Amino acid sequence: MPTALLCNLTSIALKVGAPRIVPTRGIPYPTGDPSLEPAAERALRRSLLLTALHALTTPVERPTVFGELVAA
Amino acid sequence: MKARVVHYLNQFFAGLGGEDAAGSPPGDRAGPLGPGRLLSTLLAPEAAVVATVHCGDDLAAGDDGALVRIIELVTAHRPDVVALGPAFSSGRFGLACVRVARALSDRGIRCVAAMHPSNPGVDEAAGLTVIGCGESARDMKDSMERLARAVRAVIAGEELSEEHGRIGPLARVTVVAERPAAQRAVDTALALLAGNTGLSEIPPPEFGAVEAASPLDDPAGATIALLTEGGLCPVGNPDRLPSARAQIWLRYPLGDRAGLDPGEFMSVHGGFSTVWANEDPNRIVPLDEARRLEEQGVIGRLYGEVFVTTGNGTAVASARRFGSEWARELHNAGVQAAILTAT
Repeated sequence: MPTALLCNLTSIALKVGAPRIVPTRGIPYPTGDPSLEPAAERALRRSLLLTALHALTTPVERPTVFGELVAA
Repeated sequence: MKARVVHYLNQFFAGLGGEDAAGSPPGDRAGPLGPGRLLSTLLAPEAAVVATVHCGDDLAAGDDGALVRIIELVTAHRPDVVALGPAFSSGRFGLACVRVARALSDRGIRCVAAMHPSNPGVDEAAGLTVIGCGESARDMKDSMERLARAVRAVIAGEELSEEHGRIGPLARVTVVAERPAAQRAVDTALALLAGNTGLSEIPPPEFGAVEAASPLDDPAGATIALLTEGGLCPVGNPDRLPSARAQIWLRYPLGDRAGLDPGEFMSVHGGFSTVWANEDPNRIVPLDEARRLEEQGVIGRLYGEVFVTTGNGTAVASARRFGSEWARELHNAGVQAAILTAT
């Protein structure tokens, strides 16, 4: 089953061989960023999810980091 | 005199049922059962399966009382050798075989288990005898032949090696090195600086390769599940999700929630400060924005439950087991893709 892994420590995700990796901003908040205003944080979260959907619909053969966020 | 072999099986191969019977208690019966008949035929005439002991995987892989009972049942049949499996790539069955074999070996009873090299049980089997076999029950005949060959070799008093199809970590044996550790460490460090990386005395862990699944066609037509290892649970942690070294995972229904409320959900993860997650649990499981994408038709449907565990000091074998259990459940529920958040 295609799975997008949203995490901050992409080096570990690569090492264990996760095929679809979306980098996030901090270990304690994979789908947020408390330094942002609430609306901006929601937009970041939407953007991370859209990037995850992009990763899920992209064919990959080896562990791949989807580092470019899809705009919210 | 014929050697006495006791055969260990899970609920499925004992004919008791599938997942619905995974909690069935330890039991035994005289003679071979199910695939044990083939084993007994292959062992003849030197040996025979004198009894079969079985237990549901959920109990055998985790419950201490069940393990004690299994050992009682096995030892009551006075085995010369205990054959376990084949467990193929079934994670809980493999772990159960290893647990049972470990307890029996500690009592001086010889054991041979069979499972596929990808089975998480293999990683837990240091010092035990595990024979590599096929991936699924389709490979039963060949797998059972391998198990039978190994059992005969053990009966003949042979020490099993890779040539017998043995897989998994070998037992650690204490030896006296020629030179003290400090000298070896310095030499290894110097060699590393010179670009030679092959001198490490402890092999780095191999995680194997994860085969990438085919991509999703269209999220708008798909059911997608949200998963996390971020220790998400209802406030108060009623089901006692561990904050570290989890051996369990849990599921929580999402109902028609538009997001995760801080008064209702929290994180118990012990590997980072949970202040931000507890302020807004959507920072761990992005339900609020995922719901909006669902409402806007970008995501077809969100699966009705979130699967959670705590990925802090969690054994790789446990994590692998959670992953295969999640994949199976989600497949059966018609889910096409997953979004997994990791902290």
